[in-house]
Amino acid sequence: MSALQDAASPGYLDRAPSQLRRRRFQLGDNAAFYVLIAPATVLLLTFYLYPLLQVFWISFTEPKPGFGNYALLLSPSVTRVALTTLRICVITTVITVVLAYLVAYCWVHAGPRAQRVMLLGIILPLWVSALVRAFAWITLLRRDGLINSALAGAGLIDAPLPLLWNEFGVVVGLVHYMLPYGILPLAASLRSIDGSLMLAARGLGATRGQTFSMVYLPLSIPGIVASAILVFIFSLGFYITPALLGGGRSMMITEYISIQIIEVLRWGLGTTLAVTLVMIIALLLAVVSRVLDLRKLFGAK
Amino acid sequence: MSDAALTPTAPTRIASWVVICFLLLPLLVIVPISLTDQDYLSMPVDGISLRHYANLFTSREWLWSFTQSLIIASISTLLAVSLGTLCAIGCWRLGNRISEAVRLLMLLPMIVPTIVYVLGFYRLLVDLKLLGTYLGVIISHVVTGIPYVVVIVSTALASFDLRYDQAARSLGATMSQSIRLVLLPNIKAAVASSAIFAFIHSWDELLIVLFIAGRSIFTLPRRIWDGINDKLDPTMAAVATMLLLISAALLFLDLALRKRES
Repeated sequence: MSALQDAASPGYLDRAPSQLRRRRFQLGDNAAFYVLIAPATVLLLTFYLYPLLQVFWISFTEPKPGFGNYALLLSPSVTRVALTTLRICVITTVITVVLAYLVAYCWVHAGPRAQRVMLLGIILPLWVSALVRAFAWITLLRRDGLINSALAGAGLIDAPLPLLWNEFGVVVGLVHYMLPYGILPLAASLRSIDGSLMLAARGLGATRGQTFSMVYLPLSIPGIVASAILVFIFSLGFYITPALLGGGRSMMITEYISIQIIEVLRWGLGTTLAVTLVMIIALLLAVVSRVLDLRKLFGAK
Repeated sequence: MSDAALTPTAPTRIASWVVICFLLLPLLVIVPISLTDQDYLSMPVDGISLRHYANLFTSREWLWSFTQSLIIASISTLLAVSLGTLCAIGCWRLGNRISEAVRLLMLLPMIVPTIVYVLGFYRLLVDLKLLGTYLGVIISHVVTGIPYVVVIVSTALASFDLRYDQAARSLGATMSQSIRLVLLPNIKAAVASSAIFAFIHSWDELLIVLFIAGRSIFTLPRRIWDGINDKLDPTMAAVATMLLLISAALLFLDLALRKRES
């Protein structure tokens, strides 16, 4: 590994101060490279970071300066939305991670041909717009949708089942959306487990079940955590699927925020909820970063 | 690894294929619905019909949305890819605290929910009087698309041997010559792949457009959003099928690029 590549690695900041100082003296030589990063950086600072900070600012200043907006977080309507969001996200995360583990395990240990087919099954949905996916679920789940008409046609139900515009519909749509995000980090983690450990366990007399639960499963915990945190965070901040499949009834935080802004024009409350959402995500990531490399989680490494 | 200790049992394998079907079948179901001979969303009853596609391709609104989305996504992709690639190269060569900070900045749009960002961006556009303009939409798609480009190109750079660049420079190449003639040819697959990502990012983007596009800009996602909320007719299924095909085509293009690279 060359020195510069090494320097680009995350461990760089932990280096000895003398090395840092030496590098700083070379800044002049690097002027050209600063020119390369400048346009993108300036754009992001102006049109991404500044608006983001503006959201924080508004939450403390509108309609009047102070913490008034944050006191509203305890109001019944906000706590109801928060609880709905939390419930839906936890259920989604648990179901997604269990299914993702199943798929990742079989994917990683499948033959080369099966692996290729499964790869397509896992990443094709990732490339399809959330709108198209929500539309597909609507055609399946609504009152006179394909599932209800099939069940009624088979004489299994008398009245259509309520599958859409409720929490059930939202969870189905979310699990479908999040599964690839759950599977990919888990599969990466399962791939790095040394297979000879399982052979050793078997050789020492452990049953299949014991080998899995006492050797394989504990070794895959970092992957489970990575997958769960990614799915949970994405679910918390996701707008399209909950808004379309929830039909305004089981409203989650993102839809509630947009209503505050677009319909009732309460910027103070809207931005306060947005800030709270970011804070919760930051807190979760801070806790998880103690056990995981976050850049790896977001594909930056 | 095909050893007995790790091979999944038959029931586990079957269950995993059931999950794969759960991922794929709901997407595929829109294809037959788009071919229905009925006037409402249903499977074909007395045979298939292409009239919902005919509706789609003669609808001025849908075609206009398609054009708008194509223009916005193309310009955004061009900008995001060029700026993002330069930024990735700069960060890679610098490898100091500043480039670390830039990389962290690039992670933000991937972590912070779009709903949070769009509130602040809306206010900024109000101040700049850019609400409801192409420029506003394109800026937002560029700044949220650049991070994907930086991440994808950085990954390719991490496996590029810096000594090629050093050799070119020591043989008298200028920095821009070295980048154009030595570096870019070696990472062009990753750059192309990042372009596909940036394009899809803009092409599919809904939430920002809902807030800032005003009355004049109706991108494809916005038109679909309105369609789902107002009238669910089989034309929607035809649109969804077209989008599904475009996504699949781009995916295979990306897979082919990555295969050629490796």
